[in-house]
Amino acid sequence: MSIVTSQEEIAILQSRSHLDRLEAEAITIIREVVAGCESPVLLFSGGKDSAVLLWLAIKAFAPARLPFPVMHVDTGHNFPEVIEYRDEFVRKYNIELVVASVQESIDKGDIPDPGPTGSRNRQQAVTLLSAIRSNKFDAAFGGGRRDEDKARAKERILSFRDKKGGWEPRAQRPEPWNILNPRIVKGEHLRAFPISNWTELDIWEYIAREDIPLPTIYFSHERVVIERDGMLLSVGGPVVIEEGEIPKKEVVRYRTVGDMSCTGAIRSEATSYEDVLAEVKTARITERGATRADDNFSESAMEDRKREGYF
Amino acid sequence: MSATATEQNTQVRIATIGSVDDGKSTLIGRLLHDSKGIFEDQLSAVSKASRRYGDGSFNLALLTDGLRAEREQGITIDVAYRYFATPKRSFVLADTPGHAQFTRNMVTGASVSDIAIVLVDARHGVVEQTRRHVSIAALLGVSHLILAVNKMDLVEWAESSFDQVVTDVAAILTTLGSNVPLHAIPICATDGQNVVEKGSEASWYEGPSVLDLLETLDVAPVATVGARLAVQWTLREHGGSDYRGYAGRLEGGVLRVGDAVTVHPKGNTSVVTGLTRAGAPTDIAVPGDAIAVELADDLDVGKFDVIVASGASQPVDATNIVADVCWLVETELTVGDNLIIRHPSGEAHGKVSRVIHRLDLETLKNSSTDKLVLNDIARVELQLKTPLVVDAYSANRAGGSAIAIDPVTNATVGALMVVGQGVAQAEKPRRGRFFDFVRDFATSSSKEGF
Repeated sequence: MSIVTSQEEIAILQSRSHLDRLEAEAITIIREVVAGCESPVLLFSGGKDSAVLLWLAIKAFAPARLPFPVMHVDTGHNFPEVIEYRDEFVRKYNIELVVASVQESIDKGDIPDPGPTGSRNRQQAVTLLSAIRSNKFDAAFGGGRRDEDKARAKERILSFRDKKGGWEPRAQRPEPWNILNPRIVKGEHLRAFPISNWTELDIWEYIAREDIPLPTIYFSHERVVIERDGMLLSVGGPVVIEEGEIPKKEVVRYRTVGDMSCTGAIRSEATSYEDVLAEVKTARITERGATRADDNFSESAMEDRKREGYF
Repeated sequence: MSATATEQNTQVRIATIGSVDDGKSTLIGRLLHDSKGIFEDQLSAVSKASRRYGDGSFNLALLTDGLRAEREQGITIDVAYRYFATPKRSFVLADTPGHAQFTRNMVTGASVSDIAIVLVDARHGVVEQTRRHVSIAALLGVSHLILAVNKMDLVEWAESSFDQVVTDVAAILTTLGSNVPLHAIPICATDGQNVVEKGSEASWYEGPSVLDLLETLDVAPVATVGARLAVQWTLREHGGSDYRGYAGRLEGGVLRVGDAVTVHPKGNTSVVTGLTRAGAPTDIAVPGDAIAVELADDLDVGKFDVIVASGASQPVDATNIVADVCWLVETELTVGDNLIIRHPSGEAHGKVSRVIHRLDLETLKNSSTDKLVLNDIARVELQLKTPLVVDAYSANRAGGSAIAIDPVTNATVGALMVVGQGVAQAEKPRRGRFFDFVRDFATSSSKEGF
């Protein structure tokens, strides 16, 4: 009989850690969305959250091949280390990669050119929506986590987007018992957030446990930076030194990976998973607060962007 | 990589529920703040927002009320999820709205929680909202109910006020026939008395603080029915391999390589020849694991089939189901309206053939109706065109829960908990598997109300 009774079985049950619970939850969500949708895609930026997401997706279908492609919304303001990492990851695991280019959206006139040094983070939404439409994707997996931001904290596992790609927080579908409702009509699509319930610390503990490869910029290295609005920005590409700014060589690493123009580095000597974990455990500022200029414009910055189709 | 201290921690999921102004969001702010779950930039954002929306004093509620409308109206509209950890456990906390209009979001938050914290304002005692919240928490079957009697400072920490609330809530549970363990604590969320640390004000109270309870209550899942795996997807390797793995989340009991299984609803039997958990081979899986199963026989198994450990306790393949429903939308349900019932074992078209009774939350008595309106809780009978493979919710949450979907708008309109088979079908046994069910049904029917 198979009811949990023996000491051995109880011991196994009790040995399942919070990471095991989060992992099982995420895998279950990924499988459910794949079964319930025609043409899903996984958003892969090369950042740590999307690396964990892709890792979970690979595990969800192992030993079979990943049954959907991944897509990178390329702002054109990338850290070269991240692109290198992205290409290596998809090559190693034999995954199909779709690249949606913000530069192309600018060239086609779909979005105004923010200029060579302007942030392209917000404009990503336009490129993302047009890529979802042209590839006929009906569900997109994202690595969004509820602990990132107060608007994200209200997000469902399956986020329903209307024909314009918009998000209406008051019209979200309830998900009792995490039973997902993936039913949509043509033109609508879903965003799925399998790692909604993970914190930054969970992510790092899981990366360390599973030995998930990451871009090198997550670990301590020397870099020429300038200090702008309290953030350390890497000089080069879209970041041009302005009057009064003095470039300095610093020992830094990144806590998040985004558009180079608005993603700040932190001073850090952490060179290993263990070092980073120790650092995250004692951090007193959220990762977005510390390193992302785009979220700090106003109290509702994230909510506003989500309404426009952002993740 | 060696295990870190927190890696071996269990994760506990909590829902906080209470009426408007009972101080829910403040309690959560306090738990996060005192357990160091708040970061400096969040604190500074809260003090900025406090100046804008509040009376200027530091308002912990603004930590969780994340949507602009919530800040402007000073109420919680949607479930907000928050995370904190202590050296003993890590917590996922669902802050659910107290306002009656948003009861559906409370149902959502409480459905996946191990522990519910119900807040009651000591000055007002038990009000209709409290009855609603306690009923829903009891109905959803949380493992523990913590009753936090808040604003005790405003009643001079009078033991009699506290006792009155506890007596009234215990009476609600008795009326509902619920045996959920009740833990009552007098607190003051604004200054943190008995939230994280024991306070000094209530000399008559000798019990634990809220956090003490959260860290120590036993929330291990109880498996009572035997292993069930609702198949989500079939894994097939490309190339020469003939691997075929049926993937899903294991519920209800342990499954081992070598176990005999029955596949519902077709009724085929086979033996487990291989198991993976999160992609890696294993000999044994426990409830909650995301697994894939290989079977000895080449059966026709796919999405929505349910692989069940053979034995006495089998789920029922039912087209006629009695269920408790929470109605989640403004659109009314009239008996006979078409619905889609989505359950791990399928998406079945059907209808509510009758409302057996509606629970009146004012009196906790049953009344009759043929319509369901927003936030109604009722026992209904469903007629489905194709069978679902169900357990009673009381025996197996995963196999006994479902959602109702409007077939026209695709909106999720109801949350369903299976009570048993409808009478018509129970009289006509299908393959003789209805006995467990009739027993469950009889047990729950013998209780007053729910």
